[in-house]
Amino acid sequence: MSSKRQHDDIVKFDIVKNRRKFYAFSIVILLVGLVCTLIMGLNLGVDFKAGTRLDIYIGKDFQVSDIDAIIKETIPNTMYTPVTPYGEQQVQTRFDHTIPADQLAALEAALKAKYGPQVSKQEATVDPSIAKELVKKAAIAVAVAGIGIVIYIAFRFQFLFGIACIIGLVHDVFIPIALFSVFRLEVDLTFIAAILTIVGYSINDTIVIFDRIRENLRTMKSKTVEDLEHLVNVSLWQTMRRSIFTVGTVFLTAVAIAILGSEGIRTFSLALIFGLVSGTYSSIFVSAQFWVTLKKREMAKKKRLAPAPTEG
Amino acid sequence: MVKWGRVILFLVIVGLLGTLITTTTTRVADEITLGLDLQGGFEILYVVEPLESNQQVDIELLKATARMVEKRINIGGVAEPVIETELPNRLRVKIASQEADQDKLRELIGKPAVLTFRDEQGNILLRGSDLAPGGAGVGFDELRRPVVTLKISDPKKLEQVSRENLHKHMAIYLDENMMTNPVIQNVITGGSAQISGDYTQESAQELADLLNSGAMPAKLVEKQVTSVGASLGKLALEKTINAGYVGAALIFVFMLLVYRLPGLVANIMLATFTYVSIVVLHWMDATLTLPGIAGFILSVGMAVDANIITYERIQEEIRSGKTILSAFRAGERRSLITILDGHITTLIATGVLFYFGTSSIQGFAVVLAMTLIVGLLTNVLGSRLLLGLLVRANLIRKPSWFGVKESDIGEL
Repeated sequence: MSSKRQHDDIVKFDIVKNRRKFYAFSIVILLVGLVCTLIMGLNLGVDFKAGTRLDIYIGKDFQVSDIDAIIKETIPNTMYTPVTPYGEQQVQTRFDHTIPADQLAALEAALKAKYGPQVSKQEATVDPSIAKELVKKAAIAVAVAGIGIVIYIAFRFQFLFGIACIIGLVHDVFIPIALFSVFRLEVDLTFIAAILTIVGYSINDTIVIFDRIRENLRTMKSKTVEDLEHLVNVSLWQTMRRSIFTVGTVFLTAVAIAILGSEGIRTFSLALIFGLVSGTYSSIFVSAQFWVTLKKREMAKKKRLAPAPTEG
Repeated sequence: MVKWGRVILFLVIVGLLGTLITTTTTRVADEITLGLDLQGGFEILYVVEPLESNQQVDIELLKATARMVEKRINIGGVAEPVIETELPNRLRVKIASQEADQDKLRELIGKPAVLTFRDEQGNILLRGSDLAPGGAGVGFDELRRPVVTLKISDPKKLEQVSRENLHKHMAIYLDENMMTNPVIQNVITGGSAQISGDYTQESAQELADLLNSGAMPAKLVEKQVTSVGASLGKLALEKTINAGYVGAALIFVFMLLVYRLPGLVANIMLATFTYVSIVVLHWMDATLTLPGIAGFILSVGMAVDANIITYERIQEEIRSGKTILSAFRAGERRSLITILDGHITTLIATGVLFYFGTSSIQGFAVVLAMTLIVGLLTNVLGSRLLLGLLVRANLIRKPSWFGVKESDIGEL
């Protein structure tokens, strides 16, 4: 029995052979997201677009049209998004520009007069100059975090692993952005926190798999491309239970927060859910596969170079 | 042969942890400072602008403005505001309080307040700087009505001004807002004056305090406001904590079903992890915000991951035919590097977040970084110690205790 057959029983499905299908799948989603983002843009929250977001806790049954009328009366001549009820007797709306404090106070007073003293408001106001700065800071943070992590991996593993990791990282940053654009979910500051968390988490996932590949490289034969493909398949299946269980437990928690948690971190938990699934997918079906592609090219290059001295 | 000494040590450790957790958690948790999103309050970012065009906004001016803002917040009756200066020209004011009247405080802080006394033609007679330090107070007139008392540092000046404007109005302005417009009844000698008007005890005190705090050295412009009503904050906290309980319960059941005895050890250490994190949060005097809770729940995920990686590895080693003890040793050793790599990359991300992030994201980063380190101690070292005691006591001899079927074990 050859060493190649040694771990054959755990490979339930040849992932490496089918890698082009997975590449295609990711590329399709990214393209749809890209087109969607280009056409419709992102649904930017006040953190990035300036304006005032208002959450109002009413605390009893109400008619949206009544709230609407009170807003129109106390804050006249202003554009705002439709008043949307959510959760337990709360409503939310967003103004296109910043609303001065006294007008908001007048609104709260009017609502209290109608619905009682339990009415309470939550306000987020961001000036355009600050909004611009926040966008810039967020983009820099994501880029720097990415570079830092890749340097660490290139240092701990090999350069090719680092490159494969970047691919997975780019994948995992863009998938939640694409999905948020498609589903018109609001992008705010916590979304950035979620993206960075996803980056950390997805790379953690990738590392566990790369770690196993590196370990198997020491013990399993990997002279030919077939050997290499088999090795990666085996490594993926050896870590498969762990990958699924880990993403599963965090997924359960994230879903619990998304469903039961407060509105303030809903964006965060949704981004996290998208990112978790995307991160695990990319670790197994994109990063590891991309490493095989890169390694194959490296091996082919060596083969072309190798015969040269013997000819001379 | 079972080594009972190790089993007893295990039980003693678990018992001590259990006692510690059940007796002190509530007390420590109650003492944690909650952020404004969890208890109500507000955060405002001001840009400090010079009052006159030749004035420079520098660190000195920022600090002076910050001191003045603090004074005014104290006037509003709120303790412990957080006021941060951010170069080149910003001031961040955070007030987490359920009682504070937010609208009133905002109005009070934002008042630039150049204090001037003006005659009927609008000429400036006296300035805020002419007022003796702490010179404004509250007194009562003969009818026991509250009045605002004033003490001017140069009595001669007041005497001269009052003589020139006798029986005329002398208005007191904060910027261009007239606060009061009393008529000078007689020539004021001795430097003390009083303003009567339609005051209540509170409104007189407020005016006196404002006069005392005098001019804000610069103009404050609101650039970013986050404000949360008390009841909304409380609702957010309750909901998120309940969601956390549900998530934790799901994880507990999962670990027990899949990993059996090691799963139980993991659960004990997860509870310990939560407890230690709360205690460290308390030590750090950190403020817990919603993003902070999110970061914490995430690190619970990472801690669970550390256990899953280890236990999967041990199961693998058992399946390959090793004895329980050597499978445990090999599994622990081989999983450690992987876990460390994962934690370090996430720590890199938190460092970047802290450096580039704004206040709420920084809170997230601090809590995540702290809990990651605590997680390494409890769910890597702690779990290892406890499980090691059980394994080395020879208590666990059947692979099924580790969730491995006998039929899955291969030949060595």
